[in-house]
Amino acid sequence: MEAFGLLLHGFAVLLTWKTLLLMMVGLVLGIFVGVLPGLGGPNGVAILLPLTFTMDPTSAIVMLSCIYWGALFGGAITSILFNIPGEAWSVATTFDGYPMAQQGRAAEALTAAFTSSFIGSLVAVLLITFLAPMISSFALKFGPPEFFAVYLLTFCSFVGLGREAKHKTVISMSLGLLLAGVGMDTVSGQLRMTFGSAELLRGINFLVAVIGLFGISEILLTMEERLALRGHAAGISLRVVLSVWKDLPKYWVTLLRSSVIGCWLGITPGGAIAASFMGYNLAKRFAKDQESFGKGRIEGVFAPETAAHASGTSALLPMLALGIPGSGTAAILLGGLMVWGLNPGPLLFVEHKDFVWGLIASMYLGNVVGLVLVLTTVPIFASILRVPFAAVAPMIVVSCAIGAYAIQNAMFDIWLMLGFGVVGYVFKKIGIPLAPFTLALVLGSRAEDAFRLSMIGSGGDMKVFWSNGLVGTITTLAIVLLFWPVIDRAFAGVARLVRPAKA
Amino acid sequence: MSNTELEIVVDDPTAPEENSPAVVATGVVDVVASLLLLALAAVLGWDNWRTGASWDSTGPQPGYFPFYLSVILGAASLYGLGAAFVSRREAAETFVTRAQLRRVMAVFVPTFLFCLATQYLGLYVASFLLIAGFMRLVGKIALWKSLLTAFVFTAAMFVTFDVAFDVIMPKGPLEAALGR
Repeated sequence: MEAFGLLLHGFAVLLTWKTLLLMMVGLVLGIFVGVLPGLGGPNGVAILLPLTFTMDPTSAIVMLSCIYWGALFGGAITSILFNIPGEAWSVATTFDGYPMAQQGRAAEALTAAFTSSFIGSLVAVLLITFLAPMISSFALKFGPPEFFAVYLLTFCSFVGLGREAKHKTVISMSLGLLLAGVGMDTVSGQLRMTFGSAELLRGINFLVAVIGLFGISEILLTMEERLALRGHAAGISLRVVLSVWKDLPKYWVTLLRSSVIGCWLGITPGGAIAASFMGYNLAKRFAKDQESFGKGRIEGVFAPETAAHASGTSALLPMLALGIPGSGTAAILLGGLMVWGLNPGPLLFVEHKDFVWGLIASMYLGNVVGLVLVLTTVPIFASILRVPFAAVAPMIVVSCAIGAYAIQNAMFDIWLMLGFGVVGYVFKKIGIPLAPFTLALVLGSRAEDAFRLSMIGSGGDMKVFWSNGLVGTITTLAIVLLFWPVIDRAFAGVARLVRPAKA
Repeated sequence: MSNTELEIVVDDPTAPEENSPAVVATGVVDVVASLLLLALAAVLGWDNWRTGASWDSTGPQPGYFPFYLSVILGAASLYGLGAAFVSRREAAETFVTRAQLRRVMAVFVPTFLFCLATQYLGLYVASFLLIAGFMRLVGKIALWKSLLTAFVFTAAMFVTFDVAFDVIMPKGPLEAALGR
């Protein structure tokens, strides 16, 4: 119950007019970037990050996380009204959401989407409230070998469980780790991979790379597509909201199942995309009349939205408790923590209680405020899409440049951002995933430090990673996950050999 | 509830044509990217080897960790190169069509010029030029609308960052003349 008291304290920190105002601003900006084509969660957070540089960390994280919630809500608006998923995890929402809008039930579908996002996030936040302090106090006992093992586990699970071609994930990850090492070596103070350039001395800033990779490249990609759209505008009346909410208890199984799937896939780096599809498919499989899915069934909106938001939110759990982000957006928030001078990881819960509990409380509050805000303002946001992209694109470019420059006051960073924009564009088109790159870039130097400290501690003996039960289990698990596709196939092969024998 | 129903229609007159010829195939880009990554891995690996990639009395030398990462990157790129040559089917897919490339360039070139202008004229002047120019020339939006939008956005950015939040942006001759 200690967590509960601390949470109340967190609410006390938050309930000031200034914070509530920041929350509203963050949510509005977030919905804005969520609705605009070619922008979404990670991009929005990356571009708007510089706004927060001069704030105190608590206000900054409140605003940023609200931008994130807003972007998640905004994605649902375009999926349902225009059949344009703002994000990959909104794709499953279009299956039933758009048909509902076509049948004139847009308001119902939107209410369902917002409500289920709210429920999904709420379940995940509850999980964070009670699990994160436990995990972090457990992780306080970790030494460098344990930390390296956990980092290894994160990297390996990306390679082993990711859907992309394995070698492309490896390329993306090793490139990120390498670029993280550019500049001054933190252990010996020696320069690495700078090739005599004074600009590279500072290293390659994570946020500059992210702004280029997600912001600039996304604009280039968006321009390739036909930007015409046709859809419905809808206002939501209180009557519709209440009638949807009245039916809510009927769907508790779907909501619960999707929440659990979402939380699980959010903590492990499976991600919101997988979660939303899995939520949808399972709801369909367990339904009595599977035929009606895809033709405008409200459960088809509930299931993926709940799962996507539960996953997007619970991705923050490993970030808070261990300093390991569970998603691209969580990685950017982590980069933000470092800019504000906070060291992510288990010590955060001890050293910056106000900050952590303020953040967790802001997740509750942000979701409630966000739900009310989106339900009342949908028509306004839907009409943002009328603004021509030719006006939006240059503004996004300018915001990206401001963001990139503000981090270290370096003109070189603007050029670096442009370079990463091109790299991101090419990588996305040839199927090299960007999430492992982002993760590696933000964790790189800490993973290396952990490795070298454990090596120094053990005198260069690799056996340190199996020196006790805990670290040994994590390391072994990491290696199992790395080779998971091979192991999985081997098991399937064995099963196939055994089964005919039985039959 | 259909009394609030209302169609939203947005057209895209300059959309890339569907039947535009391909400029380059995905397979080719894949191979080129793999080669570039391989070269990068070689350069970084060599640099780290020079820094010291072995062990000394205090543990691994500074170049140890990145050196082996370059080896991994090189190996994965080599594998990618091989895979690109083996899978012919995927290789034939279009990476970008001519019409698409024209649109992408219509964003990339102004962005590049904007970065260049930022270096010499300061960010705010460059941003005014980018927004007004882009809206007018690429978006074919009325001149007064373009100029007004550019001015309002740039001024809003200036007030937000320079005045309210004290985030200092690169400045040029115009700001100097105005005494900021």
